[in-house]
Amino acid sequence: MKVQGKRKIWHDYQKEIADDHYYYVRSCIRQNFFPASEYYFLKILKDVLGKDVFDDPKHTTCTGIGYHADIIPFETIQTVVARHFALMTEAGYKNFAVSCVTSFGIYSEITETWKEFPEELEKTRIALKKSTGREFKVPANITHTSDLIYKFKGDIAEKQVHELINKKTGKPLQIIEHVGCHYAKIFPSKGVGGAEFPNVLTGMIEEWGGEVVDYPERRHCCGFGFRQYLVQGNRGYSLANSKKKFESMKPYHPDAIICNCPGCTMFLDKWQYVLSETEGKTYGAYGSGIPVLTYEELAGLVLGYNPWDLGLQMHQVDSEPLLDKMGIEYDPEKKYLGKKDQYIGQPCNIVASL
Amino acid sequence: MIQLSMKKNILTIGGGVAGIEASNILAGMGYSVSIVEKEVTLGGKVNQWHKLFPDLRDASDINDYLKKRVKQPEIMVFTNTEITSVKKTDDGFYAKSNRAVGFEAHAILLATGFDVFKAERKEEYGYTIYDNVITSVDLEKQFKKGGAIHTTGGKTPKRVAFIHCVGSRDAKTGNHYCSKVCCVTGVKQAIELSHLLPDAEIFCFYMDLRMYGLEFEELYKSAQEKHNIQFIRGRLSEASENIDNTILIKCEDTLSGRPLKMNVDLVVLLVGMEAGSGTHAAGELCKLNFQENNFLACSDIHLGRNCSSREGIFLAGSCIGPMSIPETLDNARSAALEIHKFLSKN
Repeated sequence: MKVQGKRKIWHDYQKEIADDHYYYVRSCIRQNFFPASEYYFLKILKDVLGKDVFDDPKHTTCTGIGYHADIIPFETIQTVVARHFALMTEAGYKNFAVSCVTSFGIYSEITETWKEFPEELEKTRIALKKSTGREFKVPANITHTSDLIYKFKGDIAEKQVHELINKKTGKPLQIIEHVGCHYAKIFPSKGVGGAEFPNVLTGMIEEWGGEVVDYPERRHCCGFGFRQYLVQGNRGYSLANSKKKFESMKPYHPDAIICNCPGCTMFLDKWQYVLSETEGKTYGAYGSGIPVLTYEELAGLVLGYNPWDLGLQMHQVDSEPLLDKMGIEYDPEKKYLGKKDQYIGQPCNIVASL
Repeated sequence: MIQLSMKKNILTIGGGVAGIEASNILAGMGYSVSIVEKEVTLGGKVNQWHKLFPDLRDASDINDYLKKRVKQPEIMVFTNTEITSVKKTDDGFYAKSNRAVGFEAHAILLATGFDVFKAERKEEYGYTIYDNVITSVDLEKQFKKGGAIHTTGGKTPKRVAFIHCVGSRDAKTGNHYCSKVCCVTGVKQAIELSHLLPDAEIFCFYMDLRMYGLEFEELYKSAQEKHNIQFIRGRLSEASENIDNTILIKCEDTLSGRPLKMNVDLVVLLVGMEAGSGTHAAGELCKLNFQENNFLACSDIHLGRNCSSREGIFLAGSCIGPMSIPETLDNARSAALEIHKFLSKN
């Protein structure tokens, strides 16, 4: 593997990422499955980096999952997207920061459609005006929120408490980066580093001391794939795709998997449990699973936040092996306690419980 | 600045196969010809090749032939020289160069050739990233250098995959056209490799095999029957590196209708031809029209193959489009006759 070849590609795919003042749109999956990720993203941007981010309670789903399942017509999703842009315009922002990779793909697809087919934009303006009375401006800058953490990875590194280094061996942690398909495979120019060798997560991992594993099925879908999972009869395909990835990464003994897409985080995490239950197979060291984290959680660990505040107990695969390697202290007794120390419940079967 | 005064003189830009052949014929007709070549030596891309299809003759035969065709003083040669401007004059053109030499010419012949497709633009194939992904040009250089073929880890390859149409007939790279010669180059190189690696399995992954030239089909047949080269109809979707530095390739075998995954020790990308940077620069200087594919436009696709969009400026060889060496020689001879017709008339 020649890293300079990758660096050349990364140099070719630079995207504009606004420096400040973002209108933030949440992700349906992320805020339900990993709610602390979005909370800590906002906290890092506002409190650590001093950025202005507006978290608007008025915005809704982008309807992307319904769109990809052929339930939501294109005209409808364009109008929903236009409403979000109207909310941004009304709030006085022009930079749009998107938490979900599916949504990021939707916003990119629709704004590109409007460039190629201006009549679609005009139809959407009329539809939104008629249905809500609102008007909108197209954002000046649309970024995925992983782009923002990538942009400020150096600022985060300056405040770094924990490095991505195995404290016992002193060697960099071996980390799998999984970038959601809709981040750059639709429009390679809209992803940091392009579609084939994306740099968005690699940049963070390397900046914070880790090493990225380039395994053969790195580009392969996580297994969500919409129709693979949403159509019940196809779910075997979903599992098979995830399994293909796990089998491919296993020989590299990865310490963790980091994703920028909430759907990928969920599937790579939960399908490990299913494979463990159905086949008795695990893919991490010593019979455990491979911890799967969001990039917000990773940034939070690097900055020294409490792992249970970051919501790592929400994952199906235990993250303790990773915490131990990084030398992060945690209280096992508090893992399943809420803010007021109340018991919040726990999964029945965790892959190779500690 | 030295002013080379010439009567009925011709400036040939590009000293490869087409430029030399056309210049030789024109000099034989009594014209005074100057060849300007940006590289240090004449010969063009043939200098890099080892053996030629379809008969596996040494490329040096062509080099020797070309050297003999450059007869001085009828042909003046300016290597390491580039034309920097071209202006119309009353009886032709005046071209300046970067080496304090100017050329008065009654006609100009552009024979600026092609560039090889930069395989790193097909990012998914991993050229310049994965150790054991090389191009057909790299392999040709290895053949020329001689010695055993190894992977970067020093292993003798047991399985090799040739990938056809890299950068040709490919909308993603913006090259919709066929490069014509890569199919037969792949077959030729696969046969040569089978001689060097008799125990290796050799596969060619193709879309179509366009064996259009004399004896091409026979070479393809012999590859299957005598050299055990296996041909799989399927375009590669991606290549990835395994933990042992072997390469995992994926495609659909479109004859069996099934997806295919294979581990190989070495991948050879058969890179196509693109209009070269030299062709682009010379075309711009001469204010010529280009085709959509960036090669230079002929005045008439049937009747004016060697005439550019501007009177007095002519085209020869692969600055018009992909060509084999025999086609380039034919094309260059026809360009010489076209120039002679033009100068006789004027």
